[in-house]
Amino acid sequence: MVKKISRSFKYVYLALMILFLYIPILYLIVFSFNDFSTGRRISYANLGAWKGFTLHNYTTLFTGEAGQALLLTLEVAGITSILATLIGTAAAIGIYSMKKRTRNLVLNASQLPMVNPDLVTGITFMMLFAFVNTLLVNLGYRKVGDMTKLLIAHISFSIPYVIFSVMPRLRQSSDLLYEAAMDLGCSPMQALFKAVIPDIMPGITSGFVMALTMSLDDFVVSYFVSDLKSVLSVYIYSAARGAKGVNPALATVIFIPLVTLLLLVNFRRIAKEREYEIQNKKVKLKDKGGK
Amino acid sequence: MKRKFFAYPYIVWMILFIVAPMLFILYYSVNVGGAWTITKAWATLSDAGKWNILWTSVVMAFKTTLICLLLGYPIAYILSNMSKTVAGFLSVLFFVPMWMNFVLRTYAWQAILEYFLPNLLGMKDSTLTGTEAAVLMVLVYNFLPFMIMPLYNTLAKLDKSLLEAARDLGANSILTFLRVVLPLSIPGIVSGITMVFIPAITAFTVPALIGNGKYYLYGNEIELAFKTLSGQGDYAVGSTLSIILLICVVVSTIIMNYFDKDQKQGGQMW
Repeated sequence: MVKKISRSFKYVYLALMILFLYIPILYLIVFSFNDFSTGRRISYANLGAWKGFTLHNYTTLFTGEAGQALLLTLEVAGITSILATLIGTAAAIGIYSMKKRTRNLVLNASQLPMVNPDLVTGITFMMLFAFVNTLLVNLGYRKVGDMTKLLIAHISFSIPYVIFSVMPRLRQSSDLLYEAAMDLGCSPMQALFKAVIPDIMPGITSGFVMALTMSLDDFVVSYFVSDLKSVLSVYIYSAARGAKGVNPALATVIFIPLVTLLLLVNFRRIAKEREYEIQNKKVKLKDKGGK
Repeated sequence: MKRKFFAYPYIVWMILFIVAPMLFILYYSVNVGGAWTITKAWATLSDAGKWNILWTSVVMAFKTTLICLLLGYPIAYILSNMSKTVAGFLSVLFFVPMWMNFVLRTYAWQAILEYFLPNLLGMKDSTLTGTEAAVLMVLVYNFLPFMIMPLYNTLAKLDKSLLEAARDLGANSILTFLRVVLPLSIPGIVSGITMVFIPAITAFTVPALIGNGKYYLYGNEIELAFKTLSGQGDYAVGSTLSIILLICVVVSTIIMNYFDKDQKQGGQMW
């Protein structure tokens, strides 16, 4: 009896916590179908009173500033993840073949952007670009644009994540693999690209995904770095503080693909684990039968 | 084969864009418009109001961390005792909100607290934003998954035969928890605290959107110094405030590392 009560209490607690985490998301999704037009103007500011069902918010979602911001976000995230993966993977291979002391020095310095709070990272970039821009203007050149600034900042804070996901793979991978490839007639470069890189590919892939999500998710650094045009989260922030508010349909558009993707990945993982468990059981049964 | 040169592009990048920018905080704190002066930095340092807000922010971060720990530990514990399949699915549910744009989620809370709940409770003309409680709740909301994740990872790896051993030796479930589970989960607790406390000190988005201009934290003070509406902010004030913040972060990281006995790969930063 006591056990039963404590068990149901556990489930109630979990359910309440999940509800807490999803309330704002569900709220936005529900209100994304709300009619926000007051007269001829549309204002998302009064996001609390239900005035009727409409799909209008979805058709107007990416017109104007929001669309530009989304496009810029995807552009920055795409370029960032590719460049950060290239520089980071090369760096990891290079760092791996360094002497222990230099290696630790470089790895420690690489942790700097990871332990630094976003706020400080954003401010340091802001000041770097302010300094460079004053210098450029004094020399008669054009200022550094928002796109370049965003890319430099995003690549900088993404590279360490790539390095730290490739590094463990390099440690696991055997040096013999490289030597074997050389013995079989590969040049050093060929050995690297045909033996080592495929072996550390899972690490590179997870580094790429990390860089992509870090870039897509970033708000603070982008906010301090860019002046005129910026990424989606900066747009949301300024719209939320402004009078017009944010189109709640954005939540649906971000949330549904995200959940589908994560559940898909996870179900595949669970299915694999299940398969593995069943196989293990079979092996055990066989062992017992043999005895 | 010497492959060290593979790292050279990164090292150049790192010096240019990660190490050098850190020095600009120092540079701008004592350089106003090209002239060296410490008057602004000194004025900021001797402003008691700034220190008060810093203290408020540290207390707020502490409260956030404590509530996240109290709410998150039971979740991680319950999940770690479930069958792998169920726990895998439920843990994804807990971590999905982390991937959703957090400015958008904070905006949703702003809407709920400003319009929806007052409407529901029949207080048409008042809002629930702009109070310490509201800011605290949304901070907890934002950081809770970051607390659950390391706790769950630690508790799930816990060797279950230890619990059986404790029970065989006569400990009841409460004693087993206090003497076996809790001490073994300390690494998870420490990394959970690190993942919540330091970002919470520097949080400025949540107080900016939920504080409604009435309640703000140290991060907002820095934001205000740099991003004034009239364009160029006051870099000297902002840099000085950032240096103080950085010192706080370094100190709390050192304290955390002292408790965190198991060294991570590649060595620790501070």
